[in-house]
Amino acid sequence: MRKFKLLLSGLLFAVMLQAQETFPVNGVADKREGCYAFTNATIVTNAQNTLKNATMVIRDGKIVSVGSSGVTIPKDAVVIDCKDKYIYPSFVDIYSDYGITAPARGAGGFNFNAPAQITSNTKGAYGWNQAIKPETDASRVFAVDDAKARTLREVGFGTVLTHVKDGIARGTGTVVTLANQNENLVMLKEKASAHYSFNKGTSTQSYPSSVMGSIALLRQSYLDAQWYKNKPAKEGVNFSLQAWNNNQSLPQIFEADDKWNDLRADRIAKEFGAQYIIKGGGNEYQRIKDIAATKATYILSLNFPQAMDVEDPNDARSVSLGDMKHWELAPTNPAAFEKANIPFCLTAADLRDPKQFLTNLRKAIEMGLSENKAMEALTKAPATLLGVYDKVGSLETGKLANFLITNGPIFSDKTTILHNWVQGDKYGVKEDAWSDIKGIYTLTLNTPSGNINYTLDVKSAAAANVIGKDTLTGKFSHDGKLVKLSFSTVPARRPAAGAAAPAAGMGGGGFGGARGGAAAAQYRLSGVTNGNSWNGLGEDTAGNKITWTASFVSSAAANTDSARRRPNIPQRLSKVTYPFDGYGWEEAPKQESLLIKNATVWTNEKEGKLENADVLLKDGKIARVGKNITDATAKVIDGTGKHVTAGIIDEHSHIAAASINEGGQSVTSEVRIADNLNPEDINIYRQLSGGVTSSHILHGSANTIGGQTQLIKLRWGANDEDLKFKGSDGFIKFALGENVKRTTSTSNNRFPDTRMGVEEVLADAFARAKDYEKAMKADPKTKRDLELDALVEILNKKRFITCHSYVQSEITAALRVADKYGFTFNTFTHILEGYKVADKMKAQGSSASTFSDWWYYKVEVTDAIAYNAAIMHKVGLNVCINSDDAEMARRLNQEAGKVVRYGGVSEEDALKMVTLNPAKALHVDDKVGSIKPGKDADIVIWSDNPLSIYAKSEQTIVDGIVYFDRQKDAEQRKKISSERFRLTQKMIGEKRGGGAVRPAEPSFQILLSCGDHDHKDGLFTIHSEDEVNLNN
Amino acid sequence: MKKIFSTLSVLLLVAGFTKAQEVIYPAKENKGRIYITNGTVHVGNGTVLENATIEINGGKITNVGTSITPSASGATVVDAKGKHVYPGLILPSSDLGLKEIGAGVRASNDFSELGDYNSNIRSITAYNTDSRVIGVLRSNGILLANVVPAGGSVSGSSTVVQLDAWNWEDAAYDMDGGMHINMPSFINRFGRRGGIPPALLAQFGIAAGPADPAKAALDKVEEIKSFFRQAKAYLQEPTHSAVNLKFESLKNLFNKKQKLFVHADQVKQMLIAIDFAKEFGFDVVIVGGSESFQIADLLKANNIAVILGEEHSLPATEDDDVDQPYKTPAALQKAGVLFALNDESSNTRYRNLSYNAGTAATYGLTKEQALQAITLNAAKILGIDARTGSLEAGKDANIIISEGDILDMKSSNVTDAFIQGRKVSLDNKQKQLYERYMYKYGLK
Repeated sequence: MRKFKLLLSGLLFAVMLQAQETFPVNGVADKREGCYAFTNATIVTNAQNTLKNATMVIRDGKIVSVGSSGVTIPKDAVVIDCKDKYIYPSFVDIYSDYGITAPARGAGGFNFNAPAQITSNTKGAYGWNQAIKPETDASRVFAVDDAKARTLREVGFGTVLTHVKDGIARGTGTVVTLANQNENLVMLKEKASAHYSFNKGTSTQSYPSSVMGSIALLRQSYLDAQWYKNKPAKEGVNFSLQAWNNNQSLPQIFEADDKWNDLRADRIAKEFGAQYIIKGGGNEYQRIKDIAATKATYILSLNFPQAMDVEDPNDARSVSLGDMKHWELAPTNPAAFEKANIPFCLTAADLRDPKQFLTNLRKAIEMGLSENKAMEALTKAPATLLGVYDKVGSLETGKLANFLITNGPIFSDKTTILHNWVQGDKYGVKEDAWSDIKGIYTLTLNTPSGNINYTLDVKSAAAANVIGKDTLTGKFSHDGKLVKLSFSTVPARRPAAGAAAPAAGMGGGGFGGARGGAAAAQYRLSGVTNGNSWNGLGEDTAGNKITWTASFVSSAAANTDSARRRPNIPQRLSKVTYPFDGYGWEEAPKQESLLIKNATVWTNEKEGKLENADVLLKDGKIARVGKNITDATAKVIDGTGKHVTAGIIDEHSHIAAASINEGGQSVTSEVRIADNLNPEDINIYRQLSGGVTSSHILHGSANTIGGQTQLIKLRWGANDEDLKFKGSDGFIKFALGENVKRTTSTSNNRFPDTRMGVEEVLADAFARAKDYEKAMKADPKTKRDLELDALVEILNKKRFITCHSYVQSEITAALRVADKYGFTFNTFTHILEGYKVADKMKAQGSSASTFSDWWYYKVEVTDAIAYNAAIMHKVGLNVCINSDDAEMARRLNQEAGKVVRYGGVSEEDALKMVTLNPAKALHVDDKVGSIKPGKDADIVIWSDNPLSIYAKSEQTIVDGIVYFDRQKDAEQRKKISSERFRLTQKMIGEKRGGGAVRPAEPSFQILLSCGDHDHKDGLFTIHSEDEVNLNN
Repeated sequence: MKKIFSTLSVLLLVAGFTKAQEVIYPAKENKGRIYITNGTVHVGNGTVLENATIEINGGKITNVGTSITPSASGATVVDAKGKHVYPGLILPSSDLGLKEIGAGVRASNDFSELGDYNSNIRSITAYNTDSRVIGVLRSNGILLANVVPAGGSVSGSSTVVQLDAWNWEDAAYDMDGGMHINMPSFINRFGRRGGIPPALLAQFGIAAGPADPAKAALDKVEEIKSFFRQAKAYLQEPTHSAVNLKFESLKNLFNKKQKLFVHADQVKQMLIAIDFAKEFGFDVVIVGGSESFQIADLLKANNIAVILGEEHSLPATEDDDVDQPYKTPAALQKAGVLFALNDESSNTRYRNLSYNAGTAATYGLTKEQALQAITLNAAKILGIDARTGSLEAGKDANIIISEGDILDMKSSNVTDAFIQGRKVSLDNKQKQLYERYMYKYGLK
């Protein structure tokens, strides 16, 4: 019923639409100026300025004057007394899709089992990629949607920037008000912004299929558009590039939705001289310093996670501490921005229900966000960014009459928005709360047998007691104008348990009707309120018509509804750790001077294995190696019975990245793992526990020429940039064989489908690269091509190849392509038939990086043998043992041990296969890989012979910093357990306290891999390519 | 030049001995006596005998001790001086011989049948004694394997095979000893509660899992139980107008000649398995058991044995101890649970069973306990401990000899293996390819 009424009021306003000049009138002209004066109000004109007892006059949808004194009220003004009321500028939502129909996605996309869609499905003179659609113009597809507008108005918004939330380049956004008027009249700025994201949305085109692919596509689009400015004849007309260029002068808004994505987006902007306004993900407080360094303005959603139902310990177990902490700390995100002085706006986007907006905003304020900042982030900040502060965002003469009337300070829990005025039209939000009807009334029933008086104690618009001899609870409702009341004349009493329903006649006899089964006889009254006196019609308990009146006597005893804020009770909150998960640091470990005494030191140098030797680490470097070393400043570690080696280097790893495979095309040399590092992957810590200090993060093997790789050091807690192994050469991943010809797909349509084609993909790519290089030299205005740039780097020995390969035919073919085009294969990885062509690889100077004993998981590894490493080693190749597996990487030392068993390689040479040899293959053997003074202090202290199954890393040191310490790890486990307990209890408390909870959501760990073979993961791990491609 | 030539000719000689996989023969029966002397004998039950001798006669172990003198006439003596002697290792749950090449070659895969209630399916009928994996496992000391079917809620029966046979009939070591069921998951990996979002799944035509996975799982459990209840009732009556092969094949489970192997990792799945044991009186073995460390005491109290899944796995959750899977065996040992270790790696094809045990020994087990988890415990769980699993008189002579500690990769070179007293070939395709290319490069 209530809903129906709201609908009616909406219709009423529709009738009052201000007709446009050009539009015909069906009927009699009804022009109104809409002049109103709001008097006696507390007017907050902007975040800094509040006027007491002030007046505001509006006319024709605009503010005519506002002030505490000197405001003349025009004679034709409708005066609205706003005593005890507050007036605020209504909010501006800078991140909305209001009035835009959500685009639907067709079938398609890239995974290992589906056919590829190589070109765009968009018809017309547009660009090549379906996800790049800067030509999209929200103002052309916008349509007023009053149902949606109402939900936004009810939480205080009056103006929004709306756009089509779809694709990587999403076109322009338009600023509209939430008035229920013709589209023509609500549009404040046709093109106010340009929008971007990493998410290809409804595009069914295969490329890009990864975060790094999206990044590469954005970068290439900037270059293409730049080049298009000169109208190159070869391109013809390209509306997409044209629109891209036209949009550049607008505010650029990037939906990043995650703290790391924020940084990734910002780097693109900086590279091309742009500055994005970044729509964040709500987890920015976890890296606020890095966020501040972007100097960008942020758009923050107030979509805080709900508590989970973790009463069942099994369910609780599945939720990670990181997710529990985020539940607790997410509401601190806006405050963290304010504290770090980062400019931001707030949006209602992403909320499960827009109605939560104010509740969540108040929660953010409770968690430290200042009210002024909140107001600014909802008014002036977005209006200024969008260039509409001359129209909205504050209450000043000449601006639109977009404002809220509330019954108290807007950020107070108890405050209700009464009206939301948009462009001079009133939209009632909660009319019934306008007048405070609470209080004591005298209720008089004019019955045939005379007047009966009761005292009516109105508690709220929905509750009242009728007091006669007893207190009678009735049903009461008041919606601002109409009032309804029904009550029984007998006090409420619970029916006796098991009592039979009263006999039919009993209820009809007036007094004494029983409650329970049948309804007791009641007075039923309805009427209209008019200030302090109400009257209406009703029926008595016998069904006689009666009239009634009620008149106000006094306010209720204590007004509990004051606008006082809840006292700020200091809460115990989780600490932000780096990374933001159980094993993160509250305080990062520091570089130390360390002296390891009396250990067995495997130097990997000509000194070989030294017994009872010492190693001194200073300033992040190995300072000395030998016997009887002393250093007064160093912390001494007793190495008796222990073994010390260089840190393990994993030549082939897929940890610590947001995406690994860009499989959308056969040549994707433009994508870079470095663009999407994820320094919070728990596998970094787990691998430190296995003695790994450096990992080469490779692109997957979905295509022949994959992406650029990144060598990292396992600096647990660092940000993505600091994870990188500084000063190392660039590498790139190539792949041959089954994966790149998509053998497991039954519907492959992507070239190549055979090894013959794989060879030609290589030949073609380098032929194009050579032509490109020539063209560039001849004419520097040649369009820059990121894909070919990387290949030219290979030709110029500035970038080096690590090539996934298995069988001898493909290896030989690759070597010959390299010979022909004048480059070399630096490393063959996997290379399980390397033993068959070791001599050929040696001739090209290639390294080999292989598994110790993997075989027979697919056809191309039927001839894989555990003796592969030994044979290649004996032929004289630089041989590495790698993991390609997050689990096995923790045991690489033991994988090297297998090379001793299969083929009899010496222990020292075997250890080199996971330390010095990968350092050589990666061109960093001048920095790491052996224990030699001057090299980086990347060191492992083992409990036993490092090649033995019984060896555990006791300490793993990177740059002289102890990143893993088995004793500290044991303490950390206790901390995790107690913190989990606290947060579990808190969530249970939330549930028992009646708070909304959702079912426990297991914190699945998404694991990425090259899509080559199985992995042994835990119960709560999802393997992206095993199950479904998650990179979209 | 001359030197190269001579090396080459030596290698040619070696190459002359090399056989193709097809001519690696199963060993002939050995009726005579064999003595394995002077070795460090790891009995498999925790006992280690230094400088001991094992006497084998007619395929059985007849004596084990430190004061045995080999009888002079006609006996074969294998000198194990400086070496370690172990019971043949047992792979307790595997698709060996059913799955040749897992990825990309559907034709070579016979491990998972269609249908939901496949109690009548028998793994042994598809077991391929000529699988190339088998020779590699033998050379790593694995002499017995339990070959297990997959698929459906009830997958069918498993058979223990010995790994030196012409055909599955002579490979069968203990026929149809286990019935295998898969416990429905109480966690939804596909959509809704966590996992992969439904919208994304829809793009790839994958249906989202149930909204309430626990309820869906319990409904399924009830359906499985109902299947067993009906089977039990069916088996009370000797004649039927319509024979039900699915029920008929459960006879041995109900009369306890067969054990029930429940494939389960989650706590609730395992608790349901205990419930199965209680309701039907089955001998229950959990296969998988990644979360078993959490309810080890309950498993012990209910006499539920566990075949632990791949130990070389990542921890189940982000917050778990980084070495949790490595120390789960120690937790079960401490609680007194009968457990075996397994190797399920599809990349190394199960050859690292002893190193899984080695890891368990690094993280809390003694070496002999770790050994027992891949020998005697496995035999007990599979119901074959009267015949094998330890080096004790009366048992089959299933024995391996290693140059060093079998649990540690760098020393675990297996030099000899005996199955039922037959000295089996340790040659395999990998060794042959090794020789072939050592020959190519003129290496030694």
